[in-house]
Amino acid sequence: MSEIERHEYDVVVIGAGGAGLRAAIEAHALGAKTAIVCKSLLGKAHTVMAEGGIAAALGNVWPEDNWQVHFRDTMRGGKLLNNWRMAQLHAQEAPDRVLELEEWGALFDRTKDGLILQRDFGGHRYARLAHVGDRTGLEMIRTLQNTAVAKDIDVFMECTLRHLLTDGERVSGAIGYWRQSGKLITFSAKAVVLATGGVGKAWRVTSNSWEYTGDGIAMAIEAGADLIDMEMTQFHPTGMVWPPSVRGLLVTEGVRGDGGTLRNKSGERFMFRYIPEFFRADTADTEKEADAWYEDKRNNRRTPDLLPRDEVARAINSEVKAGRGTEHGGVFLDIATRRPAEYIRRRLPSMYHQFKELADVDITKQQMEIGPTLHYIMGGIRVDPDTEATTVPGLYAAGEVAAGMHGANRLGGNSLSDLLVFGRRAGEAAAAYSKRAGAPKIDEAQLAAFGQGLEAPFQKGGDENPYAIHSELQDTMQELVGIIRRRDELEEALVRLERLRARAARARVTGSRVYNPGWHLALDLDNLIGVSEAVTRSALVREESRGGHTREDFPKTDPEWGTKNVVIRKRDGHLVLATEPIAKVPAELRALLGDDKPTGEAATGTKTPVAAGDD
Amino acid sequence: MTDVQVWVWRGDASGGDFMPYKVAADEGMVVLDVVHRIQAENAPDLAVRWNCKAGKCGSCSAEINGHPKLMCMTRMNEFPAGEHITISPVKTFPVVKDLVTDVSFNYEKAKTIPPFKPKPKDSDGKRRMYQEDIDRVQEFHKCIECFLCQDVCHVIRDHDENKQSFSGPRFFVRLAALEMHPLDTNERIDLIRAKHGLGFCNITKCCTEVCPEDIHITDNAIIPLKERVVSAHYDPIAWALRRMRGKKDEFVPPELKPPSA
Repeated sequence: MSEIERHEYDVVVIGAGGAGLRAAIEAHALGAKTAIVCKSLLGKAHTVMAEGGIAAALGNVWPEDNWQVHFRDTMRGGKLLNNWRMAQLHAQEAPDRVLELEEWGALFDRTKDGLILQRDFGGHRYARLAHVGDRTGLEMIRTLQNTAVAKDIDVFMECTLRHLLTDGERVSGAIGYWRQSGKLITFSAKAVVLATGGVGKAWRVTSNSWEYTGDGIAMAIEAGADLIDMEMTQFHPTGMVWPPSVRGLLVTEGVRGDGGTLRNKSGERFMFRYIPEFFRADTADTEKEADAWYEDKRNNRRTPDLLPRDEVARAINSEVKAGRGTEHGGVFLDIATRRPAEYIRRRLPSMYHQFKELADVDITKQQMEIGPTLHYIMGGIRVDPDTEATTVPGLYAAGEVAAGMHGANRLGGNSLSDLLVFGRRAGEAAAAYSKRAGAPKIDEAQLAAFGQGLEAPFQKGGDENPYAIHSELQDTMQELVGIIRRRDELEEALVRLERLRARAARARVTGSRVYNPGWHLALDLDNLIGVSEAVTRSALVREESRGGHTREDFPKTDPEWGTKNVVIRKRDGHLVLATEPIAKVPAELRALLGDDKPTGEAATGTKTPVAAGDD
Repeated sequence: MTDVQVWVWRGDASGGDFMPYKVAADEGMVVLDVVHRIQAENAPDLAVRWNCKAGKCGSCSAEINGHPKLMCMTRMNEFPAGEHITISPVKTFPVVKDLVTDVSFNYEKAKTIPPFKPKPKDSDGKRRMYQEDIDRVQEFHKCIECFLCQDVCHVIRDHDENKQSFSGPRFFVRLAALEMHPLDTNERIDLIRAKHGLGFCNITKCCTEVCPEDIHITDNAIIPLKERVVSAHYDPIAWALRRMRGKKDEFVPPELKPPSA
């Protein structure tokens, strides 16, 4: 192994999206010597792409909104698989976290009274999302970035950390490389916070950027941490579908929140045929009532266009499978007929721009063509709800990389608030741990072995193109571990993943160590394939349909499965799967949720559902 | 399916040259798609920055036929068939490799900006701001830090020696956002003149022209900032007040070379 640059910190935060930045700000404020390490330039993490808003029961638009309702919506949206304590903390603390951003300079859109304006989103009973047009994530990441810079927190940009170091049971640091120079770098740390986001790049059609290769999940499981709910992946219902260049690019749920409706190729508003029993009481079952809701929200139920994302994505998938989709395999999303052009351009400027520039579509006049896109993973690293501690001492996780908060399906807007609430908590707990923990010992043999592994692709003289392997992985996950799953396809996926793993070991790397994306991808493949295997194995175990996991061979939601998490851990180099009971919701909170359970049959596209009211 | 040919600058700090690449064309393709296809098929080590591929993160700035642009928002069908298309790194910052430059200048300048300092809350503990009072600042907050405005700014594009004393349009937008924020109370006017070199902008509006977010950098940020500096420094009452409060300019900036353009 070549020479290695060494640093020592109390707390190292890996990832500089919303969760990582918020964690670092907190750890630093509590006196911990803190570093932020991120793969891209500061301010470019996926948080910047978040569009619609931050869910928080501020009560500015609807005074009747409060944390209890937000808790209820989150749990029901998650099909009751959520960790109730995380959902509670999130609902209780989100308003403070949003107001804190305002203290740090963020400028949200305002109500007439000068307070933070809130918009409607899927699954939220009240207009709840604090937002800035459709570029809320940019406002959030820039505010956090500027705050971190003003506090002079050390930032290591374009630096990829690839393995966690361990000292016995506990975490002792991490090793990786500078993307610019290709040189190795290691951190000794008393505590590490993983805030690395998800694994969207394992799928072909995704809203995620190159960074989302499952790094944190892969590093955590290698270090001995538990994962839960890995089968729970979110296909956002509205990604662009045409032209091919932009397939998967996100179209904010704010389009529907602000008046957009979904139609199939015959112009039918098909969502009325897909209202599940679990949401029927809250959902308009006629076009007349849905239309009236936009103008009078107090006396009408909300449109089924704003059902939770899993429901809408499955409905679109079914319509397309039944031959009622558009020419390019999507459905239509139309806001032009309900809203004037000026309103659309003001509320949805980046959507307007994105369609105009990239698809030659003027959304103030024309319909958008949209379809599901892999957007988020609800599953991830198992954490303690209050401290975000993983099962490895000294290791914390917050944001998309952590699991539990969203259960089987995340509501739109609950991610940005999750990042802030649990980012802060993780930073606080990591700083506290670093104060009571002694200095960790670096295991030089472990460090050397990891270092050699990072450099190996240059020495092996492989014969496989890493880009081709990645592309085949994306096809595999898209075709076999997609929105609708079944046993034989999942098993086939495991066979293909094994073959891809063998090929990835022979990845060919050419050129120098300096800013070499081929080398970076060759190293990322291990994470992508490893995490894909965890998703696939979990999906095989859960023999029911719930939220982001739909089994054609088990289309019903099974109340028995609603009491269990699928847990994955690595023992002796192999993934070990188990089902473990989820924490029971205490009686006083259970009363908020209602007595009914999700029990219906998921739309898998194998039969055409009938219109609501007809059955 | 037809092919597209582009010439990509390949090299590092020691030098380089344009290399021709030919890949298959797809409907709706943008320049970044072409670069990705070259990576996957011809040049796996071709260095390029990108993230969102939707014009929202500002990572993939480059010069396409010499024009500073985001590669993800530049459609291939903008170019007539057979046009010679070049893709090169932004010129104002030192090349690391291929299309990737060292943009640390911007992150260093960001550290020198006095942060947001809000005034006290309303008596009921809330903060009230009216939409019409924040519209302008929200325009500045649209900045995606692509640094194309920095790339095209004559003061630093051809004059490395000016970088020390001039922060560039991106940071004038940032400073304007802070100065015009209805809640902010921090003092920056002296610094804007003395340390960030606002006076050396000769309002050629090149920055405004290349801004992919259509921020009116010159008209809405730079000119109003210049006016504030002028009224703070050359208004005799403001000058006297500043003297009375004991505020002095921290330092006098070194002589800047005039832009060549």
